[in-house]
Amino acid sequence: MTDLTNTVKATDRADGADTASKDKRGASSIRMQGLRKQFGRDSVALAGVDLDIDAGEFFTLLGPSGCGKTTLLRILAGLEEADDGQLKIGGKDVIDVPPHRRSVNTVFQSYALFPHLSVRDNLAFGLRMRGEPAAERNRKVAEVAEFIKLGSLVERRVDQLSGGQKQRIALARALVCEPDVLLLDEPLSALDAGLRGQLQVELQRLQKRLGVTFVFVTHDQDEAMVMSDRIAVLDSGIIQQVGTPSEIYEHPANAFVARFMGHDNLFAITASDSNWVDTGLGRLQLDPAEQRDTPDGWLLIRPETLELGGDVPADYNRLEGTVEERLYRGSRIEYRLTVNDHPLTAVAGNLGQRIHDVGDRVTIGICPEDLVRVAA
Amino acid sequence: MLQTSQTASRRHAVVSETRHLLFTVTPGAAWIILFLVLPSLYLMAVAFMTNGPYGLPQLPLSLSSFEQLAGVGFLGWSPGNLYTLLRSLWQTVVATGLVVLVAYPIAYYITTCRARWRPIMLLLVVVPSWTNQVIRTFGWMNLLAPGTPLSNLAEMMGLISPNMGLYPSNFAVTLGLVYNFLPFMVLPLYAAFEKLDTAQVEAAQDLYAKPVRAFWHAVFPQTLPGLLAGVVLVAIPAFGMYVIPELLGGGKAMMLGNLVATQFSGGSNWPLGAAGAILMLIATFIGLFAMRRIGKRLGGGEEVVI
Repeated sequence: MTDLTNTVKATDRADGADTASKDKRGASSIRMQGLRKQFGRDSVALAGVDLDIDAGEFFTLLGPSGCGKTTLLRILAGLEEADDGQLKIGGKDVIDVPPHRRSVNTVFQSYALFPHLSVRDNLAFGLRMRGEPAAERNRKVAEVAEFIKLGSLVERRVDQLSGGQKQRIALARALVCEPDVLLLDEPLSALDAGLRGQLQVELQRLQKRLGVTFVFVTHDQDEAMVMSDRIAVLDSGIIQQVGTPSEIYEHPANAFVARFMGHDNLFAITASDSNWVDTGLGRLQLDPAEQRDTPDGWLLIRPETLELGGDVPADYNRLEGTVEERLYRGSRIEYRLTVNDHPLTAVAGNLGQRIHDVGDRVTIGICPEDLVRVAA
Repeated sequence: MLQTSQTASRRHAVVSETRHLLFTVTPGAAWIILFLVLPSLYLMAVAFMTNGPYGLPQLPLSLSSFEQLAGVGFLGWSPGNLYTLLRSLWQTVVATGLVVLVAYPIAYYITTCRARWRPIMLLLVVVPSWTNQVIRTFGWMNLLAPGTPLSNLAEMMGLISPNMGLYPSNFAVTLGLVYNFLPFMVLPLYAAFEKLDTAQVEAAQDLYAKPVRAFWHAVFPQTLPGLLAGVVLVAIPAFGMYVIPELLGGGKAMMLGNLVATQFSGGSNWPLGAAGAILMLIATFIGLFAMRRIGKRLGGGEEVVI
């Protein structure tokens, strides 16, 4: 499999100045206000979405299936009509503009390549429909085919391509039209893990290089965190949180976001004071910054912040637990513990320290600053 | 010793394979030879014989039946048979075209229905053809005859002369053909539509294609194999159709099939009938060949017609 990133670098080096002017595309900001969409009588896809996406941003819509992320993307593309609300792309109101008149292109989840056309004709489709002259069209298609390193395949039929190749063609078919906004609907979900990881990095670099606004839809939180400038987490048609990957991972706005970002260690808070909380684990000291007025909500303990065994510094919270399960993952070791009959997961980097066995009693040290309060 | 037994077993294998092949191929081959090759040869032989006293073929061999077919009679040339040929071609083209226009939306509509309704809708398309063709054609006769509501309506709108009725006429024949062959077009078109990924239509619109162009560039080419298969399934039997022009044309709208049939029954001129049948065969092959060429060009070099 050829490496898209290498191509980017090589081209950059080859004709730096020229490329810079050629590839600076007019990225657009997106502003959504009160977008609503309902299917049938009681299936609410979007329950009033307000969202601002900056020009040139890699923005990800993250959420479980049925959360409304794909519907939102389809409204951006113009393939779905919102029941209510406003949508501006590049400052222009586009809510009534049909898809073929929006400077927005989509990479579909199924790729939706035209099986009756060759790779070349697939790539040229958008330019042809837009009525660009043949010479211009051929130049752009040749350029983009070279860019995605599939120049040798342009005469092939689409059904003769591998999944990864189809993915590239779908991306190139959208990019060759030089859209202001590129929409990507889970474009990597059909690929195997290795290729997916590689393409995540390539897509991110590509976006930075082209400066086009990317709106990326996925249900995979790792993918979202690796690639995005900012992420919006959706559930039941409502935006739960918008923020950078670290904001969302380290300070989830509520229990749903925390769970969706892969956090297991959530404990209901039963009582709290200015600098402590009571949970099933016991009373834990908190950083004063995490103080809230209300006692409810959840306490989030990130597994990688726990220190197992050894001496616990005086200002740390100290717990004792039993190792119930040990999952050896090579670079790190995951321990499933019980503390006061409550399950607690800890992850330790495999740094050559003592490995605890199942059944061991271990001390657990938690720095107060690593504890995060999460709204219900 | 070992070697000889090996050779023996290999020889045995070859023999059993040959026998196996013989058993499997013979029935089919015999069927084709008996019911297709021999009758065709007989038909060709008859076409080149002379018409005897009771319409039966006899020697010497001659081209007289082909001359008659071309319209050369003892009174000189008459265009009757030529008209019949042209009428057959015209009826086939018009009926096939209309079948396409009617079947295309039907097939598309069925694919847009819920999955559990689709088999039922397809059944509704096919069920009429479970009744005998002659009976259904008689049904149309009753519907189109003079004095019926449809005929009266056409009369009121000034489409036909008073008391003429919509039947018998060329129009009735066309209608009968369209009605009769509709399922043969709907089924392959439906199969083509069902394979289509609707995301492709959206992709086309996303790539700046207006709805009409999205249909023309993304949908239509993909239904072409089904469409051409349907055209073959409709046009070939329609070209040789006998029952519908016989009943709905009322003798005024004769097609090639009727010309041939008459020679073997009432008219009693077997060599002329055989010559007519050969003409139909040739015309059919030319049509198939043309369809393949068209299909190949439109399908981007791929074989799209059987």
